[in-house]
Amino acid sequence: MKITGAQATIKSLEQEGVEVMFGIPGGAILPLYDPILDSPIRHILCRHEQGAAHAADGYAQATGEPGVCVATSGPGVTNLVTGLASAYMDSIPMVAITGQVPRWAVGGDAFQECDSTGITMPITKHNYLVMDPQELPRVINEAFHIAKTGRPGPVLVDIPKDVLQAEMAWWYPDAPELPGYHPVTRGNQKQIREAARLLLAARQPVLYVGGGVIRAGASDELRRLVEVTGAPVVTTLMARGALPDDHPQCLGMPGMHGNYTAVTAMQKSDLLVALGARFDDRVTGKLDSFAPGAKIIHADIDPAEIGKNRAVDVPIVGDAKSVIHDLSEAVEEIIAERGMPDYAAWTATLDGWKAKYPYRYNQPADGLLKPEYVIEQIGKATGGDAIFVGGVGQHQMWASQHIRFKRPNTWINSGGLGTMGYAVPAAMGAKVGRPDQTVWAIDGDGCFQMTCQELATMTYEKIPIKVAIINNAFLGMVRQWQELFYDSRFSQVEFGYDTPDYVKLADAYGAVGLRCESADEVETTIAKAMDINDRTVVIDFRVDPAEKCYPMVPAGASNDDIILGPEFEKDHADVLHDTPEAII
Amino acid sequence: MARHTLSVLVENKPGVLARISGMFSRRGFNIHSLAVGPTEQDEVSRMTIVVNVETKPLEQVVKQLNKLINVLKIVELEKDASVERELLLIKVKADAETRAGIVEIADIFRSKIVDVSANALTIEATGSPDKLQALTDLLHQYGVRELVRTGLVALGRGDKAISERPLKLAERTG
Repeated sequence: MKITGAQATIKSLEQEGVEVMFGIPGGAILPLYDPILDSPIRHILCRHEQGAAHAADGYAQATGEPGVCVATSGPGVTNLVTGLASAYMDSIPMVAITGQVPRWAVGGDAFQECDSTGITMPITKHNYLVMDPQELPRVINEAFHIAKTGRPGPVLVDIPKDVLQAEMAWWYPDAPELPGYHPVTRGNQKQIREAARLLLAARQPVLYVGGGVIRAGASDELRRLVEVTGAPVVTTLMARGALPDDHPQCLGMPGMHGNYTAVTAMQKSDLLVALGARFDDRVTGKLDSFAPGAKIIHADIDPAEIGKNRAVDVPIVGDAKSVIHDLSEAVEEIIAERGMPDYAAWTATLDGWKAKYPYRYNQPADGLLKPEYVIEQIGKATGGDAIFVGGVGQHQMWASQHIRFKRPNTWINSGGLGTMGYAVPAAMGAKVGRPDQTVWAIDGDGCFQMTCQELATMTYEKIPIKVAIINNAFLGMVRQWQELFYDSRFSQVEFGYDTPDYVKLADAYGAVGLRCESADEVETTIAKAMDINDRTVVIDFRVDPAEKCYPMVPAGASNDDIILGPEFEKDHADVLHDTPEAII
Repeated sequence: MARHTLSVLVENKPGVLARISGMFSRRGFNIHSLAVGPTEQDEVSRMTIVVNVETKPLEQVVKQLNKLINVLKIVELEKDASVERELLLIKVKADAETRAGIVEIADIFRSKIVDVSANALTIEATGSPDKLQALTDLLHQYGVRELVRTGLVALGRGDKAISERPLKLAERTG
């Protein structure tokens, strides 16, 4: 059967089970848009390619299936770059299909030409420039295989316009043939037995759970390991919800803005079991002084992560789901023989810290609205039965701190790259993937203004989400650093509360705009938003601009130097430290 | 700084060199030399990469190389267990007076004169990098006009071939 390259591309996407793609047409990708009309795949026309990329990312995080985005050559591709880099850093399975100038024009600085594969090489897991229409099925099959398997990541397929127009004889491969790609999924059993032995011999262990556990869908396996051993767990920014926050062994988020117990448990532990985590600088603080007394078991699907930042005692290469399952079996075997490990003293210490040093803020009855209060109330109103999508900055950290997550894949954010503007389009993608779920974007006023044009997409495509703008009129995290480390010399951080008027802006986009300025209106405003399910709701929560995010480990400082914040100054002077010198 | 020789089998596809060199530069790994060419199999190319690293980053270099989809196999070639060669072309100033001395040095190094003109000689030499450096040092007194080196190529000693099973395994010879 002879069909065009464009038809073959769409047919290949159908073969891969694609249901939705996010994109914007343009010159070089035009031929692809014609067969879209005849395909069951839903195409969502975005307002900016960055939005399309983040939407594909949010879709992938909410569903576990690869997200697909489409863009034209040149500026279409360069606008995807931020979204690809973000997905790459967070190991999100994604496939980007991009148009390229015709083959005869490639390399000649043609209109809307750029070296798409060259530009995206360091921010994709792999990429392709397809010069032969006959190759399209093979390439798309490989692209999805690479995106989904091993350590997931984005793959870009760049297709010259005349390759889309040319005829090819339809075929589809049974399975990809990639002689240089063989991800190891099953962990080495000897190492797993050694890990089990160490875990049960430890007195102060911590399971350090990262995004890999979410990607692998290993929450059930994790829960079993946690309950079999009784070991405490920290869930990183990328792993929030991997174990429910109300589980007694869950200590919550470690890292720069993690809580005292999670941070200090790692510091004082004698054994860290890293599962799908990568010893990121935001978790470890100053690497030399991170968890100095801990032996390290490191299980990861990517061998290059093991030993990259921290020397490892027991390395395990494998998929988190399979490794955690095998580790639980090995642990159970030893327990059957020798009984349960003794973590009682450790657990008592941790419980003491939890009680003494929770996240703390003060919402005065008649004072300015506190952002933590707003976010906590949103969490409570949903009962944790919603998908939360964060932007980047203070509001992201507060959301990760104050929402009690119940399930995996319900906290979606740009953790590695820290992409401002991520929340609105990613929430749109998440809602498309999980229309049954309520989706809340917890955004900042700075972030929101970077990508809010996707409100138009959501109105047009009837994708109703809820956006809580934590409007503090500033680039809050930068302001916080300037206050703490630059002697309160505020430079280029003030946006003002009402430019734009977010309520009018929402209205202009066909969404519902609400405003909330005091604590006593918060509950009713959220309830109002929860009642509107046919349109997107944008709430302008005007909060205290001076509120800072605590606890905080300053960049480059040791996790031992965690600053608890003003709410602890009065009664816990013993654990407070002077603000260390700022190190960027 | 320690120097290691990696023999890397890659799929013979466009852009592979860019993927490898890009990965080295963005991760701050230091390439001393890189030589690439076809092998006995049409679809496979072989790169010989000499890297400057300490022991720990070498593991990272190998692991990061392994992550590239087009990389088939990486073997570290130990000096004692492999044959290492490099080719040098060097153009030296030479007039009637100095020519004989230069030819004599070239002979000692078993190198060949491949071009001659009124004021210069071009010498072709192969050998270990040390040998080529020694030759170059000796020729400096006459005035080196220009020189080019291919970068190291190497094969493990013995009857084994790393390309027999192009699986992705970082092995060590010897």
